[in-house]
Amino acid sequence: MKKYPIITSISYPKKGAMGKTGTWRVFKPILDQNKCVKCLQCWIYCPEATIIRKEDNSVEIDYEYCKGCGVCANVCPTKAITMVREGEEK
Amino acid sequence: MAIKDLPLEEHYIPGSAACPGCPASMALRMVFKAIGKKMIMVVPACCTSVIESLHPYTSFDIPLLNIAFEAAAAASSGVAAALETMGRDDITVVAWAGDGGTYDIGLQALSGAFERGTNFIYICYNNQIYSNTGIQRSGATPYAAWTTTTVGGKTEFRKEMGEIVQAHHIPYVAQTSIGYPEDVYRKVKKAKEIKGPKYIEILAPCPPGWRFDMSKTAEMGKLAVETGAWALYEVENDKITFNGKSKLILEGKMKRKPVEDWLKLQGRFRHLFVPERDEKRLKEIEDHIDMLWRRYRSWVGIEK
Amino acid sequence: MKVMIDTGNYIAAKAAIMAKPNVVAAYPITPQTTLVEGIAKYKETGEFKGEYICVESEHSAMSACIGASATGVRVFTGTSSHGLLLMHEMLHWAALSRLPIVMCNINRVVGPGWNIWADENDSIAQRDTGWIQFYVSSNQEIFDTVIQAFKIAEHEKISLPIMINYNAFILSHTSMPVYIPEQEEIDEFIPKRKPTWKLDVDNPITFGNIILPDAYIEVRRDMQRAQDYARNYIKKVAEEWREKFGRYHGDLIDRYRCDDAEYIILTMGAIGAESRIAVDNLREDGLKIGLARVRVFRPFPKEDIVELSKKADFIVIDRNISVGMGGALSAEVKSALYGNSDTKVYSYIAGLGGKDVTFKDIEKMIRKVVDGKVKTLEWYSLEE
Repeated sequence: MKKYPIITSISYPKKGAMGKTGTWRVFKPILDQNKCVKCLQCWIYCPEATIIRKEDNSVEIDYEYCKGCGVCANVCPTKAITMVREGEEK
Repeated sequence: MAIKDLPLEEHYIPGSAACPGCPASMALRMVFKAIGKKMIMVVPACCTSVIESLHPYTSFDIPLLNIAFEAAAAASSGVAAALETMGRDDITVVAWAGDGGTYDIGLQALSGAFERGTNFIYICYNNQIYSNTGIQRSGATPYAAWTTTTVGGKTEFRKEMGEIVQAHHIPYVAQTSIGYPEDVYRKVKKAKEIKGPKYIEILAPCPPGWRFDMSKTAEMGKLAVETGAWALYEVENDKITFNGKSKLILEGKMKRKPVEDWLKLQGRFRHLFVPERDEKRLKEIEDHIDMLWRRYRSWVGIEK
Repeated sequence: MKVMIDTGNYIAAKAAIMAKPNVVAAYPITPQTTLVEGIAKYKETGEFKGEYICVESEHSAMSACIGASATGVRVFTGTSSHGLLLMHEMLHWAALSRLPIVMCNINRVVGPGWNIWADENDSIAQRDTGWIQFYVSSNQEIFDTVIQAFKIAEHEKISLPIMINYNAFILSHTSMPVYIPEQEEIDEFIPKRKPTWKLDVDNPITFGNIILPDAYIEVRRDMQRAQDYARNYIKKVAEEWREKFGRYHGDLIDRYRCDDAEYIILTMGAIGAESRIAVDNLREDGLKIGLARVRVFRPFPKEDIVELSKKADFIVIDRNISVGMGGALSAEVKSALYGNSDTKVYSYIAGLGGKDVTFKDIEKMIRKVVDGKVKTLEWYSLEE
């Protein structure tokens, strides 16, 4: 963190600036890789940048920060993502 | 522009203070992807002042100046002028404001910056309310919508900010919707390459403000366009082009869906359907949209 | 060194462009207009090489100054009266952002009714914004203070904006001869700004997001410490200016014949210049009067005021009124004295609405005090 000679409201980029926002989740998105067609709809719509796009355009979910909004499940054309209540996933 | 072609680059860092399903966050990711790290963002009071997260941390990996509610465009003029004197034409200045800071309190500064030719992109993410302060009516709130200051539904129609901006004859004006992130990306990318003032407005359906489920943000953004309640267009040097489904609607190649399809999914319009249908106001809304589309057609010469 | 004979506003414009700001953003208002016209003229002739942003309001002027200053460059502006009042929100923003913007404010009456003459209520109303405030009394002092202000504002331990106040028309539109140093001398005196923080694509930070109470209190305390530091640094810069250019207008206070004085006049701005003549005249009549013209209202010269109170009573003349209390300088002086001195403080309100206050008026005010006819607060020239 770069220090300045004065004290004022300067803020520094940090992952998890509001902590582990994955704890906000009530429903958890579960991705079925077999149904995924790598269309990247979930990646492009995810508000929190917690769908991680890999080199081959497959995706995985960053559960540490995913807030469980369900947008990804809603936009997925093959229903590869389902929302499951936290603690009830298999 | 296929989704696969969008860059992997992210400057929105996970773990922010945004509500789940936030349209502003979605749009910010697209803006960051389109412009990259060589940008300075100016943000007036709006939801984004919260989304950034709490001091001493930030969820945005780009330099950002928070400024007073009505001051985004003027502060951007200052940033742009300073960059000009430093010879830094590789840096894009972006003012990022909500509809309150654009349509209402920031309108004067916005008009001033456009008139004096500030080299920047002004982006309004329009969630049609003062959502950060708790869902109050703004100049962008549509007719009949419930807000905490229009309890029985707003009694006036929203103003057409796009038209107000067009009257400044700046090089680029566009309307888009977060229902179509590729369209957002493409328009921001295009604006980045144009010198002078640019205006982009992104319809940003707000789950808590509009009273719909947080998983439906994208859907609401699409439905607004499919019902004609919102139009996708871009104006380059005074020449207007409608895009995507709006183009199909304009040219009569697609019939716009009844606006009810969009309204009934939103709790803010619930009083139009229960305890009984408010036929009068529903018709007024349809008629208003028809009027707008007649107007849009006249712009492109389809209708006199 | 050459001499330029011109009005306060044109002198301020000259000083501003010699300080080589990158950006000037300003909006016209009487009686500041000739200042911005001066800068526009220098832009036209190429003597001013920065960007001049013609904004659509003073609120936007200060907002643009903040944007430019936050990008790391030197910034100047000017305004007056209602323009300054419209800036109020952004004055706080500039100071809390610790941006060393330098601004001339031409002290003018606040309406209604419309009145364009001298009165300090516009800038007194900005007392608590965190800006350093100078009140000057001659065109030479305008020039010298504008240059000095950049050095003070941009000091890394201060990093605060500075407002240089001078009276409408009495200075802004009156021509006086002013010594102008060479450009190289100015360049040497105020080298290029080194920002304490800036918007930088290579070191991204978010400035001014949500801040919680514990951290916010620290921000405020740091501003207070910066102003406390400035109290000494302003003196140092005034000394350095005297050594280099041979001119001196006082430090925080301009003292005149105070050493053996029984009464000291405390005032600001152009009334200070008139008071000098009054002091000389009264001294000829054997009255031991001195003058302490307060040049710097923020940071307030507390210790200097206490020091002056040791041998003399005070007569404060305010060209402003904090309605419901009294003159602002008078209130601040009494606050500084509390617990430190038993000096009597006689207070006058004079010259509001631009009413002329000449040395003759000041002599009358002083004689009335000396004659024991003044209790506490007097409205000069008004019937009881």
